[in-house]
Amino acid sequence: MSSADLLSRNDLRLVRSELRLVLTRRRNIAMLVVLALAPTLIGVAIKLSGPGDGEGPSFLASITENGLFLVFTALVATLPVFLPLAVSVVSGESVAGEASTGTLRYLLAAPVHRTRLLAVKLVAIVVYALVATLTVAAVGLIVGGVLFGLGDLTLLSGTTIGVGPALVRALLVALYVAAMLTTVAALGLFVSTLTEVPLAAMSATAITVVVVEILDAVPQLSAVHDWLFTHDWLAFGELLRDPVSVGPLLHGLAVQAGYVAVFSALAWARMATKDVTS
Amino acid sequence: MSLTEARPHSTAVGMGAQLVTRGLTKRFRGGQVAVDDLDLEVPAGAVYGFLGPNGSGKTTTIRMLLGLVAPTAGRSWLLGQPMPGAAASVLPRVGSLVEGPAFHPYLSGRDNLRRADAADRTAEASSSARRVDTALERVGLANAAGKRYRVYSLGMRQRLGLAAAMLRPRDLLVLDEPTNGLDPQGTREVRSLVRELAAEGTTVFVSTHLLAEVEQICSHVGVMSVGRLVAQGPLAEVTGATASRVRVHSRQPGDAAAVLHRLGLTGVAVEGDRAVADLGAAVPEQLVAALVRADVAVEQFVVDSPTLEDLFVALTGEGFDVER
Repeated sequence: MSSADLLSRNDLRLVRSELRLVLTRRRNIAMLVVLALAPTLIGVAIKLSGPGDGEGPSFLASITENGLFLVFTALVATLPVFLPLAVSVVSGESVAGEASTGTLRYLLAAPVHRTRLLAVKLVAIVVYALVATLTVAAVGLIVGGVLFGLGDLTLLSGTTIGVGPALVRALLVALYVAAMLTTVAALGLFVSTLTEVPLAAMSATAITVVVVEILDAVPQLSAVHDWLFTHDWLAFGELLRDPVSVGPLLHGLAVQAGYVAVFSALAWARMATKDVTS
Repeated sequence: MSLTEARPHSTAVGMGAQLVTRGLTKRFRGGQVAVDDLDLEVPAGAVYGFLGPNGSGKTTTIRMLLGLVAPTAGRSWLLGQPMPGAAASVLPRVGSLVEGPAFHPYLSGRDNLRRADAADRTAEASSSARRVDTALERVGLANAAGKRYRVYSLGMRQRLGLAAAMLRPRDLLVLDEPTNGLDPQGTREVRSLVRELAAEGTTVFVSTHLLAEVEQICSHVGVMSVGRLVAQGPLAEVTGATASRVRVHSRQPGDAAAVLHRLGLTGVAVEGDRAVADLGAAVPEQLVAALVRADVAVEQFVVDSPTLEDLFVALTGEGFDVER
């Protein structure tokens, strides 16, 4: 199969069906609600207690001046654990969930080509990651706007931009964060092809993310840090400078693309040869 | 109806056979041979009963036919096309029920069928709703279509599985234990549904361990035992093929036995006041005449034709016990 017809127009119905399955599932909606709580709680806490004395994430102090900073603070707060956890759950479920309910055999007998099934699953997971990130960002924007008001944004480099361009920067930040989660999506998809127990795939994926984050924090391993998929996650701060220094951002995107390619290939190799006995 | 006679180990693929395997073998990683050198042949228009005790390799065979499990050796064809190579063009014409129904528990019956329909990229999107409703109607689930699958009873789940298999007009239905979990009424309905589909020209391959099911709906039968196909062909032929026995009740059983022996019958024996032998190709009327001519007083002359159950036990040895 050439990459051109990997997902054709005929597959859109299955993509839509898959998106509906992922986005209407109660557990997945509950995770979005929990993610939405993060900016809400941070915003309310700061409103009640004041900006504090400079401890905590660098954006925290600026929130009282401009509600837009709640968007960035919430993303910094949810990116290490909550966002990858949500993506781990959805991606771990993807193939293993179908195997455990037995629906995998019927999808393949429909027939859905195995490679196409993986492509459809990956698309749905990435869309969920995007929705999760945008949920955090949008709730951060709304809560920040209501509690602290939105105004011109003073960038980290000192320049001030208007609300319109500031919102564009916020959107780019959210998209960058969602792109950082694609590795988790592909990793979870691969792990999900290895087992018929969704919970095992979910936890294995989440644990892998945490282990990589720990390795990224060990100074003795600094030689490999550049190539760990979590290393560039917080580089989105570069988008809040003027001019934007694209180097770290491109590095982050390139590293994710590499990992996505590797994990997708592993998932494909596993899926293509797998005896479906579930 | 002229049907291609199915013979194991024939080399040519039968004319118009809708499901064919040659030397199909599956050895699982543990070394266990689940299916051993299987030569199936299901003629067009047949309702083929794939009979075997639990664990005899029926489901593994079906999984190989549908491309879910890769065979260790051997080949298979569905609707004349090689599998799994031609899966994309063949499987949309094949409805299947494999090892029971399986659906998403938190979706409704209708939404589950919509998803099954969406998975078939050759199905027309605009007529999806109509297909789904027709299928639900046909299995009697129209009123429960909006309920979540998780609250469905076992029988309703089985019906939904059949509805998915019948979403589109199919040329071949592969049904694994289709009446499993159904009450007597549901069982009757499913069997009449299968007859109906067969009458419309669909070839049906139905695996079962229920002999009554085979006797009621099947035109052909294949019997599996420990991974091997031990008999195959038109139902009447297969049940007739195993030796019918002749039983002569007489006060001179020894003389009767001698006559039968002289006529070339095999397996001649005296059991109390009766002589028994394999009928073979002999004609019962001529046997009686010969006995009378030899002055053997015949009290009763009986030809015991084996029932499918006798045949099944004879072929599979242990009957319904799990052999491994």
